[in-house]
Amino acid sequence: MAVDRRQQVARAAWTVVLAASLVAVRTINERAAGSASLDGGAPDARFGFTLQESAAALGVDFVHQAPTFDSRLDHIMPQVAAMGAAVAVADFDRDGWQDFYVTSSGEGSRNRLYRNQGNDTFVDVADEVGLADVNREDVGVSMGAVWGDYDNDGWEDLLLYRYGRPELFRNEAGRRFVPVGEAAGLPAHVNAGTATWLDYDLDGRLDLFIAGYWPDSADLWRLDTTRIMPESFEYARNGGRNYLLRNRGDGRFEDVTDPMGVASNRWTLAVVAADISDDGYPDLFLANDYGVSELFLNRDGTGFEEVGERTGVGRSPKSGMNAALGDVFNDGRLAIYKTNISEPGQLVQGNDLWIPGDRAGGGLPEYQNLASSMGVDLGGWSWGAQFGDLNNDGALDIYQANGYVSSEELSSYWYDFGVIAVGHSAIIADAANWPAMKGRSLSGHQRSRVWLSDGVSRLSDVAAVVGVHDTFDGRAVALADLGNRGALDVLVANQRGPLLVYRNHVDPARHWIQFELEGTASNRSAIGAHVVVEWDGRRQAQVVTAASGFSAQNQRRLHYGLGDAADVERVVIRWPSGREQTIEHPAVDTIHRVSEPDGQ
Amino acid sequence: MGSDAKVLSTPAAPGGARRFPIHNRFLPPILITSILLSAHLSFGILEGWERTGLSIATAIATELVLGAITYGAWLNPASAYISGISAGILIRSPYLWPYFFASFISILSKYVLRWRGRHLWNPTNFGVSAMLFLAPATVSVLSIQWGNAVAPMAVIWLLGAVITWRVGRLHISATYVVSFLAFSVVRSVITGTPWLATVAPITGPMYQLFIFFMITDPRTTVRPVWAQCLVVVLVAFVEMLMRLAEVVYAPFYALFWVGAAAMVVEIWLDSRRRG
Repeated sequence: MAVDRRQQVARAAWTVVLAASLVAVRTINERAAGSASLDGGAPDARFGFTLQESAAALGVDFVHQAPTFDSRLDHIMPQVAAMGAAVAVADFDRDGWQDFYVTSSGEGSRNRLYRNQGNDTFVDVADEVGLADVNREDVGVSMGAVWGDYDNDGWEDLLLYRYGRPELFRNEAGRRFVPVGEAAGLPAHVNAGTATWLDYDLDGRLDLFIAGYWPDSADLWRLDTTRIMPESFEYARNGGRNYLLRNRGDGRFEDVTDPMGVASNRWTLAVVAADISDDGYPDLFLANDYGVSELFLNRDGTGFEEVGERTGVGRSPKSGMNAALGDVFNDGRLAIYKTNISEPGQLVQGNDLWIPGDRAGGGLPEYQNLASSMGVDLGGWSWGAQFGDLNNDGALDIYQANGYVSSEELSSYWYDFGVIAVGHSAIIADAANWPAMKGRSLSGHQRSRVWLSDGVSRLSDVAAVVGVHDTFDGRAVALADLGNRGALDVLVANQRGPLLVYRNHVDPARHWIQFELEGTASNRSAIGAHVVVEWDGRRQAQVVTAASGFSAQNQRRLHYGLGDAADVERVVIRWPSGREQTIEHPAVDTIHRVSEPDGQ
Repeated sequence: MGSDAKVLSTPAAPGGARRFPIHNRFLPPILITSILLSAHLSFGILEGWERTGLSIATAIATELVLGAITYGAWLNPASAYISGISAGILIRSPYLWPYFFASFISILSKYVLRWRGRHLWNPTNFGVSAMLFLAPATVSVLSIQWGNAVAPMAVIWLLGAVITWRVGRLHISATYVVSFLAFSVVRSVITGTPWLATVAPITGPMYQLFIFFMITDPRTTVRPVWAQCLVVVLVAFVEMLMRLAEVVYAPFYALFWVGAAAMVVEIWLDSRRRG
């Protein structure tokens, strides 16, 4: 009897514990998902800034158009033609104001180059400079563009990458762009997902990295086969190939992919180049769809070694969409932010915020994913994201775009997508096996996230409070100070949607400082330069990159928020050439234009 | 998956069992451990060992503590190990806490959800279903292939079949597979979806765990062989209905309802027979 009694009491106790556990699970889940639930009507400035969508007022009226591929893909066309809305910022005419190039992808659609007139208005000059009519079936359609001064003449040139033939446009004094064509030695056909400029061998000339997405053999308008889809949802290696193209200095590029050890056939969507290993040479981080990320470590410019698995960033396969770098703890270490897919009730990959730890043997840091603990893991079907100090408080925030295919709002393709995604390669790889979308949405109508840093250990989504409410299918995000006001404005390129320009209204009491670098011994764009600003007991590292995020390029000028501090103690610039330059007490609230000094 | 320590009472194997030197009780843990190790070492399926480790440790610790308090004895942790490792593989989340709760709730359910001394739910099925239902924003289920090669998948199917045969449960797994395939044809006809798409889920590892470890759990299946087969046909049928309604976690929810209902019926019939 005593035994029975004990069991009865115990069972009653366990019943309470079980009920409490179920309630706890529900509560924790809601809290984790609820960081985005801050709702606001009109934007308010409780966080020190507001964002106001101002495209029309600025004279920007661009709407992205998607391509239409082979009719055998009609049943899933919205998802196979789901990329191409890109934006890249540069001061192409050297007038001191940031301009931007935005791509469309419909056959016959026209890209635009918005020239900043310096008076809060922009004008499209793509036609007159020769950058508009670039989307045709015979050459392909735009997937993105990236600026870089490959001939070191002081004028930013433009690489346009497409599902088709990549093209290099030489900038002739900001007046027109001349396609270099086959003389550049670029590959004839790449179904490109991303590209960037980097000087991998530190010879002072920008080299080029292009990564394929769809298999190289696929002509998306004239398919030989419908077996073009990924062979696995998380282990696919049947995507397009990588290209590392060395700038020979004579206007031509040579393919050094294989000898340099960066060959890979993953489905790459984003790349960022920076000296992650701190040896002076730029490394490459690749965010891959349908698989693990890759980190190619640059061995003194003589070859690359893939160390994703060893460092941790390449262990867990997800659906990588974005690659951005940011010093989130103000300790000089660059974290890598890679976005993935999270859809409640369907698939919860979570984003990755890779924080480098101590360097082990070989100078390689071990990365730890702190996205969950820092609050940036659940964004949606996430695409482009950028680090930037949006409220000038001295800590880097994140602006992130979300949403895949927005069609009918109340219908979802997710069930069918989930069914095919789990299929064996014999099934998933053939587009003919994919269920028809029939006008249904797939993670559509999602909001952007504005993850605001508390400066310590946590970021919170304040999008609705600061004025971001749009639900377009966001792709590329780029940050730029469009008014030279010391505030980072936000450009968002949406698939099949308008280009949004969020003007940033920051508390004017907060200080800032910006640095626009020009290389001499280094490449003139100073891509790869590493700049540490020290102020008020804090130090923040940033690096000049070409591509960053997803199909995007920020302004090359580096922006630092300083909070209440009216003095910067020191700025240390490490140029790609290896030269180090220190600037003591530069003026705050100022754009500093810095040329690489001679000698050591 | 792993209903309690009394899993040791797994039915004796058919004739050839003596040819195997390993006791039946160790076969399921060995199989599932082999699956996990081979999948991770081959394809790196785990983001880190800490998640699966937490699941396993939670399940075993919960079993030991609850068993000691409830029965005054240290229970064999073999079945808790299976529950923990299954939850650790099946649950996918960027957070650590779901791995704890999935195992904790699974084991707890064995001590709470009983009627006339018998379990109603397979513990892991209950734990995973609860997590999927209560935490959709933060938890999903294993829903990918482990690599693309046919050979590893074939090996798992073969090993699973041998071991379920060895423990006398192969008829359950086989009946379910046949039923799923038959109902996938029906779904394809009704929805117009390519048949290969409707059959695609069963080619993934989630179903291998479901078929070999969850629906065959001796403690949460009815006793007559014909009834065992009928129950899994009904599971597959309800799953089909749920899939037609685009319920993503249909197999878990179908087993959740049908499995428990079957147990209730059998327990009720048993009580009537005993008068």
